[in-house]
Amino acid sequence: MKISKIFSAVEACRSIQDGARIMVGGFGQPGTPNTLIRQVLEQGAAHLTLVKNDANEPGLGISTLIEAGRVTRLIASHVGLNPLAVALSHQGRLQIDIYPQGILAEKIRAGGAGLGGILTDIGLHLDTSIDAQTVEVDGSRYKIEPALRADVALIRAQRADEMGNLQFTGTAYNFCPAMAMAADLVIVETGEIVPAGGIDPNHIHLPGAFVDRLVRIEEFGPEYGVLKHHALQK
Amino acid sequence: MPYRNRIARRAAQEIEAGQNINLGIGIPTLLMDYLPEGQQVFVHSENGIWGMGPRAAAGREDADLIDAGASYATIVPGAAFFDSLTSFAMIRGGRIDLAFLGALQVAENGDLANWIIPGKMTPGIGGGMELAQKSRRVIVLTTHVNKTGEAKILKTCSLPLTARACVSLIITDLAVIEVTGAGLKLKELAEGVGVEEVVAKTAASLQIPEGELPRF
Repeated sequence: MKISKIFSAVEACRSIQDGARIMVGGFGQPGTPNTLIRQVLEQGAAHLTLVKNDANEPGLGISTLIEAGRVTRLIASHVGLNPLAVALSHQGRLQIDIYPQGILAEKIRAGGAGLGGILTDIGLHLDTSIDAQTVEVDGSRYKIEPALRADVALIRAQRADEMGNLQFTGTAYNFCPAMAMAADLVIVETGEIVPAGGIDPNHIHLPGAFVDRLVRIEEFGPEYGVLKHHALQK
Repeated sequence: MPYRNRIARRAAQEIEAGQNINLGIGIPTLLMDYLPEGQQVFVHSENGIWGMGPRAAAGREDADLIDAGASYATIVPGAAFFDSLTSFAMIRGGRIDLAFLGALQVAENGDLANWIIPGKMTPGIGGGMELAQKSRRVIVLTTHVNKTGEAKILKTCSLPLTARACVSLIITDLAVIEVTGAGLKLKELAEGVGVEEVVAKTAASLQIPEGELPRF
């Protein structure tokens, strides 16, 4: 029996529950799975914990879920481009937990790789680490950072084959591969799904073993294009 | 020349051929226009580029190619794209030779505060803590005083730190100051600026060398 990983956005996201922890790929817009996020918005899941590098920008990406009041907690590294999210956190309406960017990535990797956590000296001697559990290894002291996993990962890829093998492009790579390893259900949106064997196995960035569901992006709206306010003016 | 460009032009003189460098948000992004000609310099961007080029010209943007501040970027021949794990392995593993960072405060021992004003400015740390702590050399590019005229160069920082004792050189709109094991040393003065002004606007003790100081 041939098992298909190709789903409609509706079918792919149907099982996402209230209170779910969801990892969302993307650094800014590149890699942000806009189609899947829109589906979660329409599907209605609430009380979500999101894990994403950033909070996108007002009106874009996960900010649409935050603005709709669906998000209780955001685990991120930098939310400076989203003043709405910052304001909500100051009002106590959104909990934002910040980690150094590469440490957030490694916590996710550890979760994906079946490890309990990582050891790091980043920020070790700062006030932010006062409550940290530490350990000494070979004469050096490290903080223990527990691994991070999620119920669902939503990511975007440039191209997939029907087995779920993925290729990324440009700076849309970012957290996508690590997150795809660290969630129980991994849903990928992509503009192109080719037959098995359609991508050279030497040029696969993430093996299909990590991917559960593929969703074809039906419409590349303006959120997938160049955002004029970040471009140089003619 | 605007002071931001003057700082960037002077900062570019610190770059050596073949180095991997990272440019933080703010004044450091202007360095792209002053990179030494004819020398290979590899600009790292923590969102997954080694070999970043200047900002994309109008109409030539790629929606999936941005810098860490979300501006549309370009790459140079020989560039590579990679994921966040690989990008931060470069930083924490010691492959970034030189990072140019902005500052809210710098202390005379090289402590850097540049990421949070509790209750006021809370954008998150991004890659700043790892860049400050693990780059082989950190140069701070900043205005000498903040918007309300308070000194940014202090005996000790009052804001939460990004990293301890990480800064080796401070380049401001007024001066170039070296962080030595024995405190701060004035190295150069901006055009039209006197030693007295620098001393008055620095809230830490400053060693002043004898004789004429170079200008930038």
